[in-house]
Amino acid sequence: MSAPDAVAPQFQAGDAVRVRFADPPGHIRTPWYIRGQAGVIERLCGTYGNPEELAFNRPGTPRQPLYRVRFRQSQVWPDYRGAATDTVDIEIFQHWLEPGDT
Amino acid sequence: MTAPDEPHDHDHEDGHEHAHAPHPPARPDTDDELTYYKAMEIAVREFLIEKGVISADDVRRAIEAMDARSPAQGARIVARAWTDPAYKARLLADPNAAIRELGIEPGVYKLVVLENTLRVHNLVVCTLCSCYPRAVLGLPPDWYKSRAYRSRAVREPRAVLREFGTEIPHHVAVHVHDSTADMRYLVLPERPAGTDGMSESALADLVTRDSMIGVAQARSPAKSN
Repeated sequence: MSAPDAVAPQFQAGDAVRVRFADPPGHIRTPWYIRGQAGVIERLCGTYGNPEELAFNRPGTPRQPLYRVRFRQSQVWPDYRGAATDTVDIEIFQHWLEPGDT
Repeated sequence: MTAPDEPHDHDHEDGHEHAHAPHPPARPDTDDELTYYKAMEIAVREFLIEKGVISADDVRRAIEAMDARSPAQGARIVARAWTDPAYKARLLADPNAAIRELGIEPGVYKLVVLENTLRVHNLVVCTLCSCYPRAVLGLPPDWYKSRAYRSRAVREPRAVLREFGTEIPHHVAVHVHDSTADMRYLVLPERPAGTDGMSESALADLVTRDSMIGVAQARSPAKSN
């Protein structure tokens, strides 16, 4: 049996998620500053080749669901001085996300 | 400032004596360094051309096409959205299809259009490298690629905006968008006041590159000469 070409999306807009805190070697597109942080799925962008594989000239399959995840700036930066409504949206692949606490 | 007839007194490396017209200090002929990756690019390119895989003209045309893209394309999109509510709705729902309507090729990336409103101001950054919506804005400005912008836009966006001369009141949320993967972002700035009845092309002149990155507002007609 061959592996599926794309991983099925596990989250939908509005779901609470948490970014895994991990520090694997390689070409990682999850910014360091957001690892371990809690956010909410803003939208599913589609499925895309996994950059951690593509960077090493591998096919990047199975493709991973990519989301835009929204975080509250006041939670991301403890000393944040903007408005409470300020946010940062980041594109994060599904294998970096786990269900969050609602 | 050195007078043109002032004799120069630098040491000649070969030590010989001769008389010639004074000249300003020479700058090196090459203005950058041949790094490992530049040498690699040249080697691969020349090899592909030699093998007949691509031609030198293919390379030249690709560079020409890349350089032909400019913020004027993004400005056209914004001006259309300002004047045609149905187009704006299509642009927000499916940006790639909507810009194709204007004859602009979105390329391989998915465009996301971020609408500024009375309550939300959007700002785009790529903290990991310098992802930029080249299809609609051309090449990114140097500051967009600087480490200072990349780290600070996400950490203290309001301070960065203030340095660009853009003061966002506290009741307006600042939404930062970190372009980390396969999306590219275009900010749809607010239509400035006092532009009722202006033509689409006159409106496009008010839409600056910076307003589509989100570090500024669109120009107001009074200031645009």
